[in-house]
Amino acid sequence: MSLKGKAYIVGAYEHPTRNAPDKSVPQLHAESARGALADAGLSFADVDGYFCAGDAPGFGGLSMAEYFGIRPKHIDSTETGGSAPLVHVSHAAQAIAAGKCRVALVTLAGRPRQPPLSRVAVSMESPDFQFEGPYALGGQPNQYALAASRHMYEFGTTSEQMAWIKVAASHHAQWNEHAYLRDVVTVEEVLASPMVADPLRRMDCCVVTDGGGAVVVAHPDVARSLKRPKVKIIGAAEAVKTVDAGKIDLTYSGAAWSGPRAFAEAGVTQADIKYVSIYDSFTITVLMTLEDLGFCAKGEGGRFVMDGNLISGVGRLPFNTDGGGLCNNHPSNRGGITKIIEAVRQLRGEAHPKVQVANCDIALAHGTGGSLGARMGSATLILERE
Amino acid sequence: MSETKAVGDWPRPVSPPIVSPESKPFWEACKTGKLLYKHCGACGEPHYYPRTHCPFCYAAETEWREASGRGVIYAFTVVRRAPTGPYAIAYVELEEGPRMVTNIVRCDFDALRIGQAVRLVFQPCAGDTDAVAPMFEPA
Ligand SMILES: [Zn+2]
Repeated sequence: MSLKGKAYIVGAYEHPTRNAPDKSVPQLHAESARGALADAGLSFADVDGYFCAGDAPGFGGLSMAEYFGIRPKHIDSTETGGSAPLVHVSHAAQAIAAGKCRVALVTLAGRPRQPPLSRVAVSMESPDFQFEGPYALGGQPNQYALAASRHMYEFGTTSEQMAWIKVAASHHAQWNEHAYLRDVVTVEEVLASPMVADPLRRMDCCVVTDGGGAVVVAHPDVARSLKRPKVKIIGAAEAVKTVDAGKIDLTYSGAAWSGPRAFAEAGVTQADIKYVSIYDSFTITVLMTLEDLGFCAKGEGGRFVMDGNLISGVGRLPFNTDGGGLCNNHPSNRGGITKIIEAVRQLRGEAHPKVQVANCDIALAHGTGGSLGARMGSATLILERE
Repeated sequence: MSETKAVGDWPRPVSPPIVSPESKPFWEACKTGKLLYKHCGACGEPHYYPRTHCPFCYAAETEWREASGRGVIYAFTVVRRAPTGPYAIAYVELEEGPRMVTNIVRCDFDALRIGQAVRLVFQPCAGDTDAVAPMFEPA
């Protein structure tokens, strides 16, 4: 069954906070949900499907459903890390197409800038942890750096090329009043920032922000009854790529699998895409994803992103016009929801005028959850303005 | 078989492995200076990290094999901002094929390169344990 046209994104909201010492995590989820429902012209009472991932506190979707005071007929707490909201939009469309719900709420929120109320350790039963724990893979930069090192070795990708991705994001963030970092930076400034894990420098890394966001996915009949511009889901696909029992190939991501499936379902090609939201936990994440989605050949990503090619109004493929995770927001260390939200803004013509893409009728959003250097969940959405 | 050696000049305390019934033979072998991986008698494929079933042909049983301890660096990073000082993480491609997550120790971090030949060493783990973890140094 194709999902094309079976569901619409009718509401989207990005929480304006980037630092939330005075709010709880459930509160951030609820405020994000309230914003997305209001944007759609709906209320909590209309919600009959709820989708969340591991950033939602409590037991799967149950605790948040209780906190919201909703009684969903369909829940899904699929966890793929930061890409989860893109998976959730796809799963919501599937549930709507199957008649299991009509108004699906997807939330993401957290406050990683604050001291945690509790610490939950990595599951010691996780089979990979037994063989990775002693080596202090540690924070995400280290694992993404492994992928970057191999990409540089195989294809001659340079630090300067990766820096162009941060530069493009900063050009967009200057217009976003809520962006965590609003200063335009140069390639030289990125290269002068301190090395975190070779070859990734501080400015190759996304920001750490509190906050969240939410989207509402609805049945076509519901979408037609609302007053907002209609954003139709025309293609959706997910993929799981792992270390493959020792055969891991670090030169490509799960986008190489989810991308072609999403394009096939949508019946469009790369040339039809006017705007892309590309998961940008690190600069290398964007570079490899653009290759894997077919916007350039494998190994050509470095050259593709240079010279402002990702800057709206300057280059051929405007990306992350909110400033992305690299400059604007990466709430709860997860960039998936903000990728969807900015794609919706672009398709509605509601992005900042300085970065709005002209005639933006088809957009793509892609999420990379987990780790580019080990196991990852990849998800691609293709959306069309109707 | 490789000699069990301490790496005394490396400051980062190594977390002891979490040992399950399934992984116990691996970690016990480390204490005797052996690095084990799994081999599938049905399809002939080696794999790592080791597991009971074959992740390639789904045979229910696999067998332990001892690695030579020789390999090359497939990918690496030097973590520069750790509180205990810089350390190197890598995927090392074993001579037998599988790529494993590990650390590169007793080396000049700035001289590491992909494709470099490395050899097995064992690093004692921190705390009240006799566990050791397989790592690599320049060959
Ligand atoms: Zn097999």
